[in-house]
Formats: sequence, structure tokens, C-alpha cells
Amino acid sequence: MEVLLAVVIGTLYGGGLYLMMRRNLVQLIIGLGLLSHGANLLIFIAAGLRQGGAPIIAEGKKVFLTLPADPLPQALILTSIVISFAVTAFALVLFLRTYQEVGTNDLDEMKETDT
Amino acid sequence: MLTLLVICFVAAFLAPLLHRLCPKYTGVLLLSAPLAMFVWLVKQIPEIMHGHPVEQTCIWVEKIGLELAFRLDGLSLLFALLISGIGMLILLYTQGYFKGHPQQGRFLMYITAFMASMLGVVFADNLLLIFIFWELTSFTSYLLIGFNHESEDARKAALQAMLVTVLGGLFLLGGLILMADAAGTWRLSELIQRGSELVAHKNYLPILILVCIGAFTKSAQFPFHFWLPNAMQAPTPASAYLHSSTMVKAGVYLLARLSPALGGTEEWMLILTTIGATTFLVGAVMALGQHVLKRLLAYTTVSALGAMIMLLGIGTDYTIKAMAVFVLAHAFYKATLFMVAGGITHETGGETSIDKLGGLRKAMPISFICALLAGLSMGGFIPFFGFVAKELWLHALDHYVLLVIATVIGGAAYVLVGLSVGLKPFVGKMPDGLRAHEIPPAMRFGPIILGAGCLALSFFLKPIGHGLIEPAASAIAGKELHVHLHLWAGFNKAFMISTGTVVLGIGLFFARNTLLGMAQKLRPITKVGPDAVYDFLLKSVLNFAGWQTRNLQNGSLRHYIRISVITTTFLVIAAFIRAGGFETFEKISPLSIRISAIGILMIFATFGTVKSESRLSSILSMGVVGFSMALLFTFFGAPDLAMTQVVIETLTVILMALAFYHLPATNHISPKKTRAIDIGVAVGFGVMITVLVLAALAVQTPTPVSDYYLEHSYKEAHGRNVVNVILVDFRALDTLGEITVLTIAALGGAALLKLRPSTRRRDVLVALPQESGGDTASTKKENPS
Repeated sequence: MEVLLAVVIGTLYGGGLYLMMRRNLVQLIIGLGLLSHGANLLIFIAAGLRQGGAPIIAEGKKVFLTLPADPLPQALILTSIVISFAVTAFALVLFLRTYQEVGTNDLDEMKETDT
Repeated sequence: MLTLLVICFVAAFLAPLLHRLCPKYTGVLLLSAPLAMFVWLVKQIPEIMHGHPVEQTCIWVEKIGLELAFRLDGLSLLFALLISGIGMLILLYTQGYFKGHPQQGRFLMYITAFMASMLGVVFADNLLLIFIFWELTSFTSYLLIGFNHESEDARKAALQAMLVTVLGGLFLLGGLILMADAAGTWRLSELIQRGSELVAHKNYLPILILVCIGAFTKSAQFPFHFWLPNAMQAPTPASAYLHSSTMVKAGVYLLARLSPALGGTEEWMLILTTIGATTFLVGAVMALGQHVLKRLLAYTTVSALGAMIMLLGIGTDYTIKAMAVFVLAHAFYKATLFMVAGGITHETGGETSIDKLGGLRKAMPISFICALLAGLSMGGFIPFFGFVAKELWLHALDHYVLLVIATVIGGAAYVLVGLSVGLKPFVGKMPDGLRAHEIPPAMRFGPIILGAGCLALSFFLKPIGHGLIEPAASAIAGKELHVHLHLWAGFNKAFMISTGTVVLGIGLFFARNTLLGMAQKLRPITKVGPDAVYDFLLKSVLNFAGWQTRNLQNGSLRHYIRISVITTTFLVIAAFIRAGGFETFEKISPLSIRISAIGILMIFATFGTVKSESRLSSILSMGVVGFSMALLFTFFGAPDLAMTQVVIETLTVILMALAFYHLPATNHISPKKTRAIDIGVAVGFGVMITVLVLAALAVQTPTPVSDYYLEHSYKEAHGRNVVNVILVDFRALDTLGEITVLTIAALGGAALLKLRPSTRRRDVLVALPQESGGDTASTKKENPS
């Protein structure tokens, strides 16, 4: 299982980076999205897969009876998902405005800072 | 001692302010700092004479062995007296030289700061402390040489001096650290006691070579001598002070200081004597071909420094005494000659060539007398102090025939230079159109006092010998020496050789034109000298930097990504291999069908995203990846994640679809080769990450933090959903940060959409649909355009 998921992560990273190295702004953003998926999954897997239940204490109990899934990476990823969304949204607006100002969506034509 | 040193530094920083308040007397006011130092130093002479050094220590940075340790012994005293004494005269001289110059305050600040740093070098008793002051002198020297920063030559010379001396300083630092490591102490005075340990240490040779490179660059020894004549771009007060009598002697001082610790070996003698003698001759011979006053003097300074190193290298009692006397004699005559040279140039409206000067004796009688006294002392005429030094020197070299011959040649060149500067400009006929008048009173003090000293010192040989030279020589030798100086030691061999040298020198003086002609023909040789090597190296470094910037920072985002990715891949792989590669990892969970199906779906969807030609299908494929992630989360007990993922993924897809509506559909296809490279880079990174994940899984660490949260979630925070409790309770501050990021992104997005340049660049603006467009979703703002 881990091997397969590791390959998935590798694919997400590779695909994301390949898209980021394309000339089109659109592809850059999509690549960024793939990359954040990869990163989230990486945190999730790296903590170790535990197919226990959700880390939610049953009604009427005070502690867990069986060991649930690790809550810590989940908390981390939750934060990460939200922040990558913020980054993607901001990047989108930024690129949109860049395109409107510079007049091209070709990264190869955006070498100068003073366009 | 520390207080006085601090006063000097404070005075330096007050200089510009003082100059603003009372421009006429800045130099005089500043003078009080070196004067206080000088008086204090003179008061210490009796103590030092009896072999009681003055010490003062306070802790600075204990951990690295850095303490403000100062120690005044015979050697420091000799140098410190010269530094503060000549420093006073130079301040006065500057007052006259820069009269009415708007930047006088700045110059005074630099030169006073230099003086304080130089005093620090000779007082410091800690290896690191000495290094700090050492670098400070390099730095202030840079500022002084580049004082006329409008001139390109001055800037270039300043940079050259800085690069050469600071590079040498780096070597020196290496040597000092090795030395402290070998001797087990940072204290200079303790280190000297452990000389035998150092000499026997396995790092002795590296230490010696590193320290020598540091000292040789500073003291302009061959082949690093080229920066000194170029440094004559500095205003004359700086040249007279730094580049003749003080800073360039720092290297000599350091080697003299370390001579009891590192000296006395064959390597020491070989390196110092060879380099010293070579420098002595090269400097003297090069001086013969010069006609610009200051460069002429600069080359003889190079030569004199070589002589000091040579005498130090031989290291017998006699040569050490001779060196100490020569340091004194040289400081007096060289500073005088520089000051007179500066005066001549100053008062004749910028004339620098001695061939165009003549007959100034009537216009500048005081300068003439001072210059003549100094020139004769330089040439070693009896009864000047230079004669005493040369006599002692020749006497000390008794057995070294080759060195005696070198001394005769060099000595003759000194006679020539001494007469060229001390006599030539003042006698003969005044060339037409040359106008001159005597230097102003403030500038007279220096030449008069030092020039008179060149002669007067000869009549106080006994106190000088006992009070100054004896303690200094004893400190260099590391044992007690007795010094008896004589003006007249009878018609011995040394006197004969000395007289012969003088006669030869006078002969050369009259044959000067022939010599200059020869020098003209030999000029092309200098093109392949160390100066050219320096230029070549500097150019290469700049070219390399330019090449590197062009290739690494070419402004293309894709290029940056590519380079970062490649670098990361290689660094991680290297670290991975160094750490020993894989560990065996035991627990692999079995392959379940549903998870495998999702995994394979994700891989396909990723490829779909990458390969897709249309933007919409690309976004949708990415959505598939996101929703698959959500499914994965549900299977591994993370319902919160799954929910968030679904919501966010939906928002992202909608947002992108909206935004891309405004972007053109044109695709820019990179050439096949670029794509192939990018595929290679991306695949490499993907494989690296895969391997890394597997490796990370092998090292399962215990989860005390998670266990704590699981344990205390309900008990302390009264929440059943542990993930939620972590976010809003245990790590609430992190969540606050997260919200802040969201807010900033929303604000930034809104600002980007709202703020438009007024009319500028409207021409390139692409026509936008006027209705609502890409909003940031988190804020739900309308597109204002």
C-alpha cells in the first residue's frame, strides 16, 4: 500500500513541477495545485498509515478504547489545505492582473521587471 | 591604555562634527588624542626599560576566547610612539594640506580612525583582537586611498589595496587560528612563551606560511608589492602616514612580534630572508626608473620594508638590533620626504615629476632644509641617523656576502632617491612657468621636527639605544639584549662598504638620465608583473560572476524553478546516500483493492492534467485528483480532512474556471528539447520524492505528541473530535496565523483587482469583459472593472 501511495506522491510532484516549467501561466497555476496535493498526501503518508477509526471520542466515553488514526498530521493537513487554497487564489488574481498589465501569458516574455 | 584607545576612536568619529563647528582648528583639536597617548607612552618608558610590560585585560566574548587584552612592551612602545608621534604631526599637516577643503572633516575622521586601529594592532595581546584591528587598518586605508573618489584611478587603487591586504588578512586569520590551536592559547604573550611547542608542532609550516602571506601582503612584499606604489593615489598626508611609516609596517611588526614563537628555524630564515632580500632589491631597482615624486618614494618604501623582513629573517642579535634602529630611522626620513614631496606638489600647483622641478631653494627654503636632512639620512651620509642604521646593518650582515652585495646596490639606490627628492627639486635653474611658495605654517611642523630628528637622533644615541631600541630588540629576540649605538665605530669594514655605497649612489645620481632611459626601454617587462596578474585575476572573477548571473539568474521564472528543482534533487540524493540509503522497513500494510483503485485513478488523472490540451479538461482532471484525495482521507480515518478537501477542491475548480475565462487560450509550445529536459527534471524529482517517502516510512518514530492530544482532548478541552480540538484549542495560535494568511491573501487579491494604474500602459491592457470576473471566492468581491 505504502509503495503505491509513494508512487502517487511522486507522480503528483513530477506532474506539478513539469506543469510549472511550462510557458503558459495557466499551466503554472494548475501545476501549483498538483504540487500542493502532493505535499498534503506526503504529510499524511509520512506519519504512518493507521487504518483505525477517526480520532473522535465516542459519545459518553472520555478516552479512546482502540487506537484511532493519528490526529496530528490531520490537523497539519487541514491547515495546509486551506493555506494552499489561499495561495492558489492569490496566485490566480496575481497572474490575471499580470496578464492584463503585461499583455502576454507567456512566461518566456516576462523576463524584464519593468514591462 | 584601553581608555586612551577609546578616546582615539571617539575623536575619529567626532572629527566631522568638529570640522563643522570650527573648521580652522579641527586638526589641532583632534591632536589632543594622540598627544595624550604620546605623553602616556613616554611616561611608560622607564618601566618598560626595566622589563616590566604594562598589561590590561577585560573580557569581551568569552566563548571564542576573545578578550580585550592589551600589552605594552618594548616593541609595542617603539611602534606606538612612532604612530602617535607622527600621527600628531600628520594631523597638523593635514590641517594645512586640506585648508578650506570641504571634505577635510571626513579625511580627518578616516586618518584618526586609522591611527586608533594601528595603535590597537601594536597593543593587542590577543590573536583575534590583533586580527580585528589589522582588518580595521586595511579598511581605513581603503577609505583613505579612495578619498578622491571622483577619480577612477583612486577608486581602482583603493580596491586593489583592499583586496590584496584583506585577502592576505584571510590567510593570516587561518594562520592565527591554527596557531592558537597548536599552542592552546589566544594570548600572544603566553604563546610566545610556548615557542618550542609551536615549532615542533605538525602544523608549524602551514602556520608559518599563512602568517607570512598575511604579513607580506600588508607590508607590500614581493610579489604583493604592486599595491603600494598604486596606493600613492591617496592624498599625501595619508601616503606619508599609512604607506610609509605605519600601516605597511604592521606586517613587519607582526613578524617581529611572533619571531620568538615562530622564528629561529630554517624555514623561517629561508622564507623571510629570500622574500625580504628580493623585495629590497626589486623595490630599489624599480625606484631608479621613477620620476614621479611619490612613486619614487613608494618604491623605496617597498624596498625598506623588504630590508626589515630580511633582517628579521636572519634573526641574529645584531640583525634584530639593526632592524629596530632601521625602523626608527626609516620612519623619520620617509615621513619627512613624503611631507615635503606633498608640499612641493601642493605649492607648485600640482607638479609631481622631479624632472620638471628645480631651483625651489629660494621659494621654499624651509622645505629644502628639511628635505635635504631627510634625503641625506636616507642615503646614509655621516653623521645622520640613517648612517647609524646602515652601519649597524652592514655590521650585522658581516658573514652574508650576497646580502652585503644586495645592500650595496640597494643602498646606492637609496642615495640616489634621497638626493633626487632632497636635493634635485631645489637646486639648479627653475624651469619656466614654475611658480612656488613656501608651505603654510601648519604643514611645516612635521617636516621640521622629523627632518631635524634625522640629524638630532644621532646625538642622543645613548638614551635612544637604552630607552627604545634595547627593549624593542629584546622583545623581538625574546631574550635580553644590550644595545650600544655608536655614531663612529672607527675605520672598519662596515664603514668602508658604507662609504663605497654612498660614492656609488652619488655616481648614479649624476648618471640619472641614462638610468631613466634604460628604465624606459625596460618598461614593457612590468606588463607581465604581479600587477598584470592581479588585473587578470580580478577580470576573471568579474567575468565568472557575470557568466554565473547570466546563466543562473536570467530573469526567467521557469529557469529558476528548473535550477531549484535540480539542485534540491541532487542535494537530497547526496544526503540520502551519505546517510546510508534505505533501512529495511518491515510493516507494509497489505494492498487493498479500493485504495489501489483510487491510487491508480490519481496517477491517471495527474497524467491527464499534464497531457490535456484544453484548459477545462486540465482543471477537471485536477479536480479528480483532489476528490480522490478526499476519498483517501475517508478511508484512513480522516473525515474532517475529507470534508474540507471536497469543499476547497470545488471552490478551486470554480475559481480557476472563472479566472481562465479571462486568459487567452493560446498555448506556447516549448521546443522538443526543452520539454525533454523538463520531463527529465520532473521525473527525477518525482522519483526522488517517492524514494524519500519510502525512506521516511522506514523510520517510524514514536508519537508522544499525538498520544498526548488523544489522551487529553476530552479531559482538558472537553472536545470529542481531537483534530478540531487541536486546531481550535491546543494549537489555536497556529489557526489564528492561518486565518491571517487567508485574510492577507483576500486583501491582496482584492487590492490587485481594485487598484489600477490611471492611464499609463492602458495601451497594452487587453480588453476585458466588463462584467464580474475572477473574484477571490474567500471574499466574494465583485471585479470592479
